[in-house]
Amino acid sequence: MSGRVSPPKGPLNWFRLELPARPENVALVRVAVGSLASHLDFTLGEIEEIRVAVSEAFSNVVLHAYPEEGGASGGGTVTVEARADDGVLEVSVSDRGVGIADVELARKPSYTTRPDRMGLGFVFMETFMDEVAVTTSPGHGTRVVLRRRLPVRDGVPSDGTAGDRRAGT
Amino acid sequence: MDIRTERVGDILVVRVSGELDLATAGEFRHRVDADLDRFGSRDVVIDFSELGFLDSSGLGALLGRYKRVAERGGRVAVSGCAPHVRRVLELSGVMRIIECHPSVREAVAAFGGDTSSASGGGVL
Repeated sequence: MSGRVSPPKGPLNWFRLELPARPENVALVRVAVGSLASHLDFTLGEIEEIRVAVSEAFSNVVLHAYPEEGGASGGGTVTVEARADDGVLEVSVSDRGVGIADVELARKPSYTTRPDRMGLGFVFMETFMDEVAVTTSPGHGTRVVLRRRLPVRDGVPSDGTAGDRRAGT
Repeated sequence: MDIRTERVGDILVVRVSGELDLATAGEFRHRVDADLDRFGSRDVVIDFSELGFLDSSGLGALLGRYKRVAERGGRVAVSGCAPHVRRVLELSGVMRIIECHPSVREAVAAFGGDTSSASGGGVL
Protein backbone atom coordinates (compact mmCIF):
# COMPACT_ATOMS: atom_id res chain seq x y z
CA MET A 1 0.00 0.00 0.00
CA SER A 2 3.01 2.28 -0.32
CA GLY A 3 2.19 5.50 -2.11
CA ARG A 4 -1.41 5.27 -1.02
CA VAL A 5 -2.67 8.05 1.13
CA SER A 6 -5.97 7.88 2.97
CA PRO A 7 -8.44 10.42 1.67
CA PRO A 8 -8.88 13.49 3.84
CA LYS A 9 -12.19 12.96 5.52
CA GLY A 10 -12.95 16.26 7.21
CA PRO A 11 -15.49 16.82 9.97
CA LEU A 12 -19.18 16.15 9.51
CA ASN A 13 -20.96 18.89 7.59
CA TRP A 14 -24.52 18.91 6.34
CA PHE A 15 -27.50 21.00 5.26
CA ARG A 16 -31.19 20.63 4.73
CA LEU A 17 -33.08 22.73 2.18
CA GLU A 18 -36.81 22.90 1.58
CA LEU A 19 -37.78 24.65 -1.61
CA PRO A 20 -40.46 24.78 -4.32
CA ALA A 21 -40.16 22.33 -7.21
CA ARG A 22 -39.37 24.99 -9.77
CA PRO A 23 -36.82 24.93 -12.63
CA GLU A 24 -34.92 27.97 -11.35
CA ASN A 25 -34.14 26.13 -8.11
CA VAL A 26 -32.09 23.45 -9.89
CA ALA A 27 -29.14 25.87 -9.98
CA LEU A 28 -29.56 26.74 -6.31
CA VAL A 29 -29.43 23.09 -5.24
CA ARG A 30 -26.47 22.44 -7.54
CA VAL A 31 -24.49 25.30 -6.00
CA ALA A 32 -25.25 24.18 -2.45
CA VAL A 33 -24.31 20.53 -3.04
CA GLY A 34 -21.22 21.45 -5.08
CA SER A 35 -20.01 23.66 -2.27
CA LEU A 36 -20.50 20.93 0.32
CA ALA A 37 -18.69 18.43 -1.95
CA SER A 38 -15.69 20.75 -2.11
CA HIS A 39 -15.32 20.38 1.69
CA LEU A 40 -14.56 16.70 1.07
CA ASP A 41 -11.71 17.47 -1.32
CA PHE A 42 -13.32 16.02 -4.43
CA THR A 43 -11.60 17.22 -7.60
CA LEU A 44 -13.29 19.82 -9.79
CA GLY A 45 -14.09 17.09 -12.31
CA GLU A 46 -15.74 14.94 -9.64
CA ILE A 47 -17.71 17.92 -8.35
CA GLU A 48 -18.97 18.59 -11.89
CA GLU A 49 -20.24 15.01 -12.05
CA ILE A 50 -21.95 15.36 -8.67
CA ARG A 51 -23.53 18.64 -9.83
CA VAL A 52 -24.98 16.88 -12.88
CA ALA A 53 -26.34 13.96 -10.83
CA VAL A 54 -28.01 16.27 -8.31
CA SER A 55 -29.47 18.43 -11.08
CA GLU A 56 -31.00 15.33 -12.66
CA ALA A 57 -32.58 14.24 -9.37
CA PHE A 58 -34.05 17.69 -8.71
CA SER A 59 -35.16 18.14 -12.34
CA ASN A 60 -37.03 14.84 -12.15
CA VAL A 61 -39.06 16.19 -9.24
CA VAL A 62 -39.85 19.43 -11.10
CA LEU A 63 -40.84 17.52 -14.24
CA HIS A 64 -42.74 14.58 -12.81
CA ALA A 65 -43.68 14.78 -9.14
CA TYR A 66 -46.45 17.37 -9.09
CA PRO A 67 -48.33 17.26 -12.42
CA GLU A 68 -51.65 18.27 -10.87
CA GLU A 69 -50.07 21.51 -9.69
CA GLY A 70 -48.98 22.56 -13.14
CA GLY A 71 -45.61 20.83 -13.30
CA ALA A 72 -42.88 23.41 -13.76
CA SER A 73 -44.94 26.23 -12.29
CA GLY A 74 -46.43 24.16 -9.49
CA GLY A 75 -46.01 24.68 -5.80
CA GLY A 76 -44.91 21.25 -4.67
CA THR A 77 -42.10 21.14 -2.15
CA VAL A 78 -38.75 19.38 -2.45
CA THR A 79 -36.52 18.55 0.49
CA VAL A 80 -32.81 18.29 -0.23
CA GLU A 81 -30.58 16.95 2.50
CA ALA A 82 -26.87 16.69 1.95
CA ARG A 83 -24.27 15.27 4.27
CA ALA A 84 -20.50 15.10 3.98
CA ASP A 85 -19.05 12.71 6.49
CA ASP A 86 -16.18 10.25 6.70
CA GLY A 87 -15.23 10.61 3.05
CA VAL A 88 -18.76 10.11 1.76
CA LEU A 89 -21.09 12.66 0.22
CA GLU A 90 -24.75 11.70 0.53
CA VAL A 91 -27.53 13.71 -1.07
CA SER A 92 -31.19 12.93 -0.58
CA VAL A 93 -33.88 14.52 -2.78
CA SER A 94 -37.43 13.94 -1.53
CA ASP A 95 -40.88 14.99 -2.67
CA ARG A 96 -44.47 14.33 -1.67
CA GLY A 97 -45.68 13.98 -5.22
CA VAL A 98 -47.29 11.26 -7.30
CA GLY A 99 -44.52 8.69 -6.89
CA ILE A 100 -43.15 6.37 -9.56
CA ALA A 101 -45.41 3.51 -10.65
CA ASP A 102 -42.55 1.31 -11.95
CA VAL A 103 -39.12 2.28 -10.65
CA GLU A 104 -37.31 -0.42 -12.62
CA LEU A 105 -38.81 0.89 -15.85
CA ALA A 106 -38.16 4.53 -14.92
CA ARG A 107 -34.46 3.77 -14.37
CA LYS A 108 -34.01 2.15 -17.78
CA PRO A 109 -31.80 4.15 -20.15
CA SER A 110 -33.80 6.14 -22.72
CA TYR A 111 -37.09 5.49 -20.94
CA THR A 112 -39.13 8.66 -20.63
CA THR A 113 -42.74 9.65 -20.26
CA ARG A 114 -42.06 12.89 -22.13
CA PRO A 115 -41.44 12.84 -25.89
CA ASP A 116 -39.29 15.99 -25.75
CA ARG A 117 -36.80 14.38 -23.35
CA MET A 118 -34.06 11.77 -23.66
CA GLY A 119 -34.58 9.58 -20.61
CA LEU A 120 -31.02 10.14 -19.42
CA GLY A 121 -31.63 11.47 -15.92
CA PHE A 122 -31.08 8.18 -14.09
CA VAL A 123 -28.25 7.25 -16.49
CA PHE A 124 -26.30 10.32 -15.40
CA MET A 125 -27.12 9.74 -11.72
CA GLU A 126 -25.93 6.14 -11.92
CA THR A 127 -22.83 6.96 -13.95
CA PHE A 128 -21.69 9.83 -11.78
CA MET A 129 -22.51 8.46 -8.32
CA ASP A 130 -21.43 5.27 -6.55
CA GLU A 131 -24.93 4.49 -5.33
CA VAL A 132 -28.43 5.56 -6.34
CA ALA A 133 -31.30 4.38 -4.17
CA VAL A 134 -34.93 5.11 -5.01
CA THR A 135 -37.77 4.74 -2.53
CA THR A 136 -41.22 5.58 -3.83
CA SER A 137 -44.81 5.23 -2.83
CA PRO A 138 -47.42 5.99 -5.49
CA GLY A 139 -49.49 8.93 -4.31
CA HIS A 140 -47.16 9.76 -1.45
CA GLY A 141 -43.83 10.71 -2.94
CA THR A 142 -40.34 9.66 -3.88
CA ARG A 143 -36.95 9.80 -2.24
CA VAL A 144 -33.74 9.49 -4.26
CA VAL A 145 -30.50 9.04 -2.31
CA LEU A 146 -27.21 9.62 -4.13
CA ARG A 147 -23.88 8.58 -2.61
CA ARG A 148 -20.34 9.24 -3.74
CA ARG A 149 -17.24 8.18 -1.85
CA LEU A 150 -14.00 10.13 -1.94
CA PRO A 151 -11.56 7.89 -3.82
CA VAL A 152 -8.19 6.86 -2.47
CA ARG A 153 -5.74 8.67 -4.71
CA ASP A 154 -2.41 7.11 -5.61
CA GLY A 155 0.50 9.21 -4.50
CA VAL A 156 -1.52 12.33 -3.90
CA PRO A 157 -0.90 13.83 -0.48
CA SER A 158 -3.94 14.67 1.55
CA ASP A 159 -3.22 18.39 1.35
CA GLY A 160 -3.96 18.15 -2.37
CA THR A 161 -0.80 19.91 -3.49
CA ALA A 162 -0.03 17.43 -6.25
CA GLY A 163 -1.93 16.09 -9.18
CA ASP A 164 -5.40 17.17 -10.06
CA ARG A 165 -6.77 20.65 -9.57
CA ARG A 166 -8.75 20.99 -6.38
CA ALA A 167 -11.90 22.87 -5.68
CA GLY A 168 -11.92 25.33 -2.85
CA THR A 169 -8.26 26.27 -3.22
CA MET B 1 -27.38 31.78 -19.40
CA ASP B 2 -26.55 34.21 -22.15
CA ILE B 3 -26.92 33.50 -25.88
CA ARG B 4 -25.30 35.45 -28.69
CA THR B 5 -25.92 34.57 -32.31
CA GLU B 6 -24.06 35.54 -35.43
CA ARG B 7 -24.48 34.71 -39.07
CA VAL B 8 -21.32 33.57 -40.79
CA GLY B 9 -22.18 33.17 -44.44
CA ASP B 10 -25.07 30.71 -44.43
CA ILE B 11 -24.08 29.26 -41.07
CA LEU B 12 -25.77 30.26 -37.83
CA VAL B 13 -23.24 30.51 -34.99
CA VAL B 14 -24.72 30.32 -31.49
CA ARG B 15 -22.52 31.10 -28.50
CA VAL B 16 -23.93 29.90 -25.19
CA SER B 17 -22.47 31.05 -21.90
CA GLY B 18 -23.54 30.16 -18.37
CA GLU B 19 -25.55 27.06 -17.53
CA LEU B 20 -27.82 24.99 -19.75
CA ASP B 21 -30.31 23.11 -17.57
CA LEU B 22 -34.04 22.71 -16.98
CA ALA B 23 -34.42 26.41 -16.19
CA THR B 24 -32.67 27.67 -19.33
CA ALA B 25 -33.25 24.95 -21.95
CA GLY B 26 -36.53 26.52 -23.07
CA GLU B 27 -34.92 29.88 -23.78
CA PHE B 28 -32.10 28.17 -25.70
CA ARG B 29 -34.67 26.28 -27.78
CA HIS B 30 -36.74 29.37 -28.61
CA ARG B 31 -33.76 31.57 -29.38
CA VAL B 32 -32.06 29.10 -31.73
CA ASP B 33 -35.30 28.23 -33.52
CA ALA B 34 -36.20 31.92 -33.96
CA ASP B 35 -32.77 32.76 -35.41
CA LEU B 36 -32.84 29.72 -37.69
CA ASP B 37 -36.08 31.05 -39.14
CA ARG B 38 -34.92 34.66 -39.20
CA PHE B 39 -31.61 33.96 -40.96
CA GLY B 40 -32.85 31.00 -43.00
CA SER B 41 -29.64 29.18 -42.08
CA ARG B 42 -29.13 25.56 -43.02
CA ASP B 43 -26.14 24.68 -40.82
CA VAL B 44 -25.61 25.57 -37.16
CA VAL B 45 -22.49 25.77 -35.00
CA ILE B 46 -23.16 25.89 -31.27
CA ASP B 47 -20.21 27.13 -29.27
CA PHE B 48 -19.94 25.81 -25.71
CA SER B 49 -16.57 27.35 -24.82
CA GLU B 50 -18.25 29.59 -22.22
CA LEU B 51 -20.68 26.91 -21.03
CA GLY B 52 -20.27 26.12 -17.35
CA PHE B 53 -22.87 23.40 -16.99
CA LEU B 54 -24.78 20.93 -19.16
CA ASP B 55 -27.20 18.20 -18.07
CA SER B 56 -29.84 16.02 -19.72
CA SER B 57 -32.30 18.92 -20.03
CA GLY B 58 -29.73 20.92 -21.98
CA LEU B 59 -28.89 17.85 -24.06
CA GLY B 60 -32.56 17.38 -24.89
CA ALA B 61 -32.72 20.94 -26.19
CA LEU B 62 -29.54 20.40 -28.23
CA LEU B 63 -30.84 17.18 -29.74
CA GLY B 64 -34.17 18.86 -30.52
CA ARG B 65 -32.32 21.53 -32.53
CA TYR B 66 -30.35 18.80 -34.30
CA LYS B 67 -33.56 17.05 -35.36
CA ARG B 68 -35.09 20.29 -36.61
CA VAL B 69 -31.99 21.25 -38.61
CA ALA B 70 -31.49 17.73 -39.98
CA GLU B 71 -35.10 17.65 -41.22
CA ARG B 72 -34.24 20.64 -43.38
CA GLY B 73 -31.11 18.96 -44.68
CA GLY B 74 -28.74 20.97 -42.48
CA ARG B 75 -25.93 20.01 -40.14
CA VAL B 76 -25.17 20.78 -36.49
CA ALA B 77 -21.73 20.94 -34.86
CA VAL B 78 -20.59 22.03 -31.42
CA SER B 79 -17.31 23.65 -30.46
CA GLY B 80 -15.15 24.45 -27.47
CA CYS B 81 -16.44 21.70 -25.15
CA ALA B 82 -14.75 21.66 -21.74
CA PRO B 83 -14.08 18.17 -20.31
CA HIS B 84 -17.24 18.13 -18.13
CA VAL B 85 -19.41 19.17 -21.10
CA ARG B 86 -17.72 16.65 -23.39
CA ARG B 87 -18.33 13.86 -20.85
CA VAL B 88 -22.07 14.52 -20.79
CA LEU B 89 -22.18 14.66 -24.60
CA GLU B 90 -20.23 11.41 -24.89
CA LEU B 91 -22.32 9.51 -22.35
CA SER B 92 -25.53 10.46 -24.12
CA GLY B 93 -24.31 9.18 -27.47
CA VAL B 94 -24.96 12.61 -29.00
CA MET B 95 -21.36 12.78 -30.23
CA ARG B 96 -22.05 9.98 -32.65
CA ILE B 97 -24.22 12.40 -34.63
CA ILE B 98 -22.90 15.83 -33.63
CA GLU B 99 -19.21 16.51 -34.11
CA CYS B 100 -17.27 18.54 -31.56
CA HIS B 101 -14.59 20.93 -32.83
CA PRO B 102 -11.98 22.80 -30.81
CA SER B 103 -13.21 26.22 -31.94
CA VAL B 104 -15.97 28.01 -33.85
CA ARG B 105 -13.47 28.72 -36.62
CA GLU B 106 -12.72 25.03 -37.11
CA ALA B 107 -16.39 24.06 -36.96
CA VAL B 108 -17.27 26.67 -39.59
CA ALA B 109 -14.36 25.49 -41.74
CA ALA B 110 -15.57 21.88 -41.44
CA PHE B 111 -18.90 23.02 -42.91
CA GLY B 112 -17.04 24.69 -45.75
CA GLY B 113 -17.83 28.16 -44.45
CA ASP B 114 -15.74 31.31 -44.74
CA THR B 115 -13.64 31.41 -41.56
CA SER B 116 -12.32 34.91 -42.11
CA SER B 117 -15.39 36.33 -40.42
CA ALA B 118 -15.86 33.67 -37.75
CA SER B 119 -13.04 34.12 -35.28
CA GLY B 120 -14.93 36.03 -32.65
CA GLY B 121 -13.41 39.15 -34.13
CA GLY B 122 -16.51 39.82 -36.22
CA VAL B 123 -19.55 41.50 -34.73
CA LEU B 124 -18.78 39.66 -31.51
